[in-house]
Amino acid sequence: MEAVVVEAVSKQFSLRHTHSLKEKFVWLVKGRDVSSSFTALDAVSLRISQGESVGLLGLNGSGKSTLLKLMSGVMRPDSGQVRVRGRVAGLIEVGAGLHPDLTGRENVYLNGSILGMTRDEIEQRFDDIVAFSEIERFIDTEVKFYSSGMFLRLAFSVAVHTHPDVFLVDEILSVGDEPFQQKCFARIQQLREENRTLVIVSHDLPLVERFCSRGLVLEQGRVVCDASAGEAVRWFRRG
Amino acid sequence: MSAEAHAPLVDPGAGRGLAELVGKRYLLLLLVRKELRVRYWGSSIGLLWSYVKPAVQFLVFYFALGVFLKLNEAIENYPIYLFSGVVLVNFFSEAFGNATRSIVVNAPLVKKIYLPRELFPVASVIVAVIHFVPQLVVLLVAVTVTGWRPQLADVGYAILGFGVVAAFALGLGLLLSAANVFFRDVENLVDLSLLVVTWASPVLYPWTAVRDVLGEGLLLTLYLSNPVTVGVNLFHLAFWVPGLQGQTDLPPLQGPLLLALALVVLVLVAGQTLFSRSAGRFAQEL
Repeated sequence: MEAVVVEAVSKQFSLRHTHSLKEKFVWLVKGRDVSSSFTALDAVSLRISQGESVGLLGLNGSGKSTLLKLMSGVMRPDSGQVRVRGRVAGLIEVGAGLHPDLTGRENVYLNGSILGMTRDEIEQRFDDIVAFSEIERFIDTEVKFYSSGMFLRLAFSVAVHTHPDVFLVDEILSVGDEPFQQKCFARIQQLREENRTLVIVSHDLPLVERFCSRGLVLEQGRVVCDASAGEAVRWFRRG
Repeated sequence: MSAEAHAPLVDPGAGRGLAELVGKRYLLLLLVRKELRVRYWGSSIGLLWSYVKPAVQFLVFYFALGVFLKLNEAIENYPIYLFSGVVLVNFFSEAFGNATRSIVVNAPLVKKIYLPRELFPVASVIVAVIHFVPQLVVLLVAVTVTGWRPQLADVGYAILGFGVVAAFALGLGLLLSAANVFFRDVENLVDLSLLVVTWASPVLYPWTAVRDVLGEGLLLTLYLSNPVTVGVNLFHLAFWVPGLQGQTDLPPLQGPLLLALALVVLVLVAGQTLFSRSAGRFAQEL
């Protein structure tokens, strides 16, 4: 059974050079281009089965993060269709869905609720979430005073405690310290064993080989290699 | 394996508009609370500010217009006339102004995680309602002291007036919060228009002053059909008219009300449509 279906998805970004009406007007009068476009994803199709763990590899700008954002619903494709089954939790860059002006505690509730947990579920799991993140001392401090490591700890902890069916991780584990990374890896391993679906974007190739059953290499918005994680990594290293 | 694993395949970013919020009440509550917290962060008197601002505003208008320009003599019970309009316009300004900014100020959430984007303007309007309540309480105390005994119809007028203005603010807020993502000029234009709003409705002066200048034509109908004006007139009917001793020249109600309702529905539909159409691009534009 598929957990994620991506069909002929394209995404272009128009790089607007103007952010005010005045600027736009002036540029139009002068005949300068007010925008140029950049293709992040070019007719990408892929199917991910439930329980698969997929690593997305590619150079910067190859479309990995965009693909992940489309899967999480933060962005929408220009054409084509993305469909996902079950509860999706994504750690898209550091601080995914944490609000800087709220305390850690408030963010656990807000983020948990955004990720689809009910109030009772959050209350039940609150202590586990805080314990896992190991930031008990700072839980009532505004998140804007957190270090990036603390940000990650909290965001990761909330995300895994939502028991997501599809877990999207974008290159964030690198900010955590070694012991916490190990803890995250153990948790990711546990998610795999529970037959949940993982999609991981990372430049850490050994990590992809270790955790993923399948690897996809993206190049300029296209999937150029879809194979086992080991093969994909070798393909990617060869360039 | 969780129960949701047998859920159908769904499009992750497809919102169902305002209707979706019904199932997201808890999240909405958290966002409202968040907005209040952020607003009063580091402020020692917190929500009390929502009393201070209208109180100062009321005193300024009262002395400048009521006493110095002698509107006190021209309009019976002028303080009540003034205050019942001011609280409603304040509510409209806050709801509309903050809803317009709501997507941009919540960029840290909008960019990183999916939640129905309508939550933000709606939360702003709810926050404005929360700020409106203490002002309403002050108004109720004032009119009760001056002998106001509400009839059922008066309560109906008040609810209708509030509803029209709230729906108008939400519709405009949806429309312009989306526009503000693409062009930040929008929030300044909105601020500018809010400067006009207080004066474009008979809040500080009697409506007859406008009729005397415009005459009984199309222009007057336009003036009276402004949803905010309709709301203000309904508030006058609810809170000010019952306490009057003498005769007063009341503005026509039915025609302008119907026009205003039609406009509000139009703005809501247009707001929702444009909002959902552009919501998919918010994350990349912020």
